[in-house]
Amino acid sequence: MDENKNNRESRRDFVKAAGRILLAAPVLALPVILAKRTDVKGFVWQIDPFKCTSCELCKSSCVMTPSAVKCMNAFPMCGYCDFCPGYLRQGAKTFNTAAENQLCPVGAIKRKFVEEPYFEYTIDEKLCDGCSKCVKGCYDFGNGSLYLQIMHNLCVNCNQCAIARVCPSDAISRVPAEDPYIRKEIKKL
Amino acid sequence: MKKFSRYAPYIILLIMFIGHTVLYAQPQRFPRPEFEGGYTFPTHQFLYQRGPLWEYMDVAVLVIALLATAWMVIKKRSRQGLVWISVFSLAYFGFYRQGCICAIGSVQNLSLALFNETYAIPVSALLFFSIPLIAALLFGRVFCAGVCPLGAIQELTGFRQLRIPRQVEAVLSAIPFVYLGLAVLFAATESQFIICRYDPFVGFFRIDAPYTMVIFGSLLLIVGIFVNRPYCRYLCPYGVLQNIFSRFSVKHMTITPAECRNCRLCESGCPYDAILQSDPDAETERPARSWKESAIYLSVIPVIAIGLAVLLYNISPSLAVVNDNVKLAREIRLEKNEGIKAVSKNAVAFYESGKTEDELFAEEQKITGRFRKGAPWVGLFLGLSLGIGLFRLTARSVRKDYEPDRGRCYSCAKCMKFCPVKINN
Repeated sequence: MDENKNNRESRRDFVKAAGRILLAAPVLALPVILAKRTDVKGFVWQIDPFKCTSCELCKSSCVMTPSAVKCMNAFPMCGYCDFCPGYLRQGAKTFNTAAENQLCPVGAIKRKFVEEPYFEYTIDEKLCDGCSKCVKGCYDFGNGSLYLQIMHNLCVNCNQCAIARVCPSDAISRVPAEDPYIRKEIKKL
Repeated sequence: MKKFSRYAPYIILLIMFIGHTVLYAQPQRFPRPEFEGGYTFPTHQFLYQRGPLWEYMDVAVLVIALLATAWMVIKKRSRQGLVWISVFSLAYFGFYRQGCICAIGSVQNLSLALFNETYAIPVSALLFFSIPLIAALLFGRVFCAGVCPLGAIQELTGFRQLRIPRQVEAVLSAIPFVYLGLAVLFAATESQFIICRYDPFVGFFRIDAPYTMVIFGSLLLIVGIFVNRPYCRYLCPYGVLQNIFSRFSVKHMTITPAECRNCRLCESGCPYDAILQSDPDAETERPARSWKESAIYLSVIPVIAIGLAVLLYNISPSLAVVNDNVKLAREIRLEKNEGIKAVSKNAVAFYESGKTEDELFAEEQKITGRFRKGAPWVGLFLGLSLGIGLFRLTARSVRKDYEPDRGRCYSCAKCMKFCPVKINN
């Protein structure tokens, strides 16, 4: 009886030890299998402004409210136009800077006179919600200097970006964390 | 003439180059202004993410928290200490790190890296996947006990204990296997990260989430007050791995600090029904019938496994719809064949992008092919788990003590206070 029990115990120990090795081996081997496909520095999400179709989903899909996506102006590309198609709404009755004529729904674009006939347009990122209305206006009628970027001081770097999941033009992808912005002016000029 | 033909290629190249620059610069409709008054471009601050060093800090915190939990549960046997570790984990991994990165989601990163040449897995994600599993192999499910922020938030809000009937529990605890299988398949085919998408508590950590997820998370927490840890038990895909690894753990929490007196006081102490009852009478039973039953169940395992593999292979084209490109291709095809207009944002963007339909359909074929390749393996995994689960029902083990079920025990240490055996140290 006692011997029987001892046998059973030793058999159980053997199975346990074997199972332990079988399970531990693949987990410990993972770094070796993936040796070439690991990255020490990590990735962050970023919008490729050349693929972006300004569909307005960035505003509503981000897990942050307001969205971590903000508009930026690539100044070397900007025409500094008086009639800025990103700043003024199409079909406005009068062309002045009154609120009803502005395209931006939150009034985040600030206009500043530089010299005749040029105006500088900057974005107040605290107000901007990434709706991309100005981006579309500037792309359709202007130089396309306004573009969207994910701001990494706001982005929480989700394992899968909620905007990337719905982005219709696959413009959002992982980029190396040490070079986290795709700046339109640098790529372009 | 001879001279011209010699230079012709260069001339053509020059014309093409000029043409290309004109085309390329096309959106530059308004020339860059030449300012006279010494204007300089405003500078913009490009801010960075927390450096990668901080991610290794997270790994260090993970290791320390795992060791602290193991020490608290196995050596100190202190429920109070475990609660404090849970509070810390919830604060650090939950509210401070806002739920990313977590071990549960890292399963998908690993799957994506294993089956795709183009993706490189961050080392921190790999460590977040493997360290808790190694810990489970050493000390049981200490990760679930106090380190996982999703576990911690449920652990700290589970006030009452409502027992679920065994049959219901058995059926519900099959869901995580399906969830894990699908999550790995969807990640491997570059379709979706469903675990991250349906993470119920990340909305609380960020105090910001889609409406439906807030409702789902709140419901889970409310249910969790009575039926403790509903996410861990009936959904968590990483829990499946923890469960399997913990069964072979070197050391594990025990209910009693010394020898079990079979007093039955701990029987109702476990909210997860993870206490295996002592049953010394089983040894005297005649085993003849049980052997036959075991043999039948053993032979059924491969049948179930192959059956599910075939089933999954056949439904893989339907599963492929979760991939955006496949969905888009089907929408475009429907428009082409049936004349139903494609109106989704993806379709609009597709027509704007200038990609051809053939390219899209080729991509659809590729992804569907990968689903066809991967789905049978998921079926095999599900069938094997189900088969082995059934087979285990027939196995009799003779126990003379009350022990925790190493697979299902979360090492929450709630049962310890029910044990009257005390040792003074």
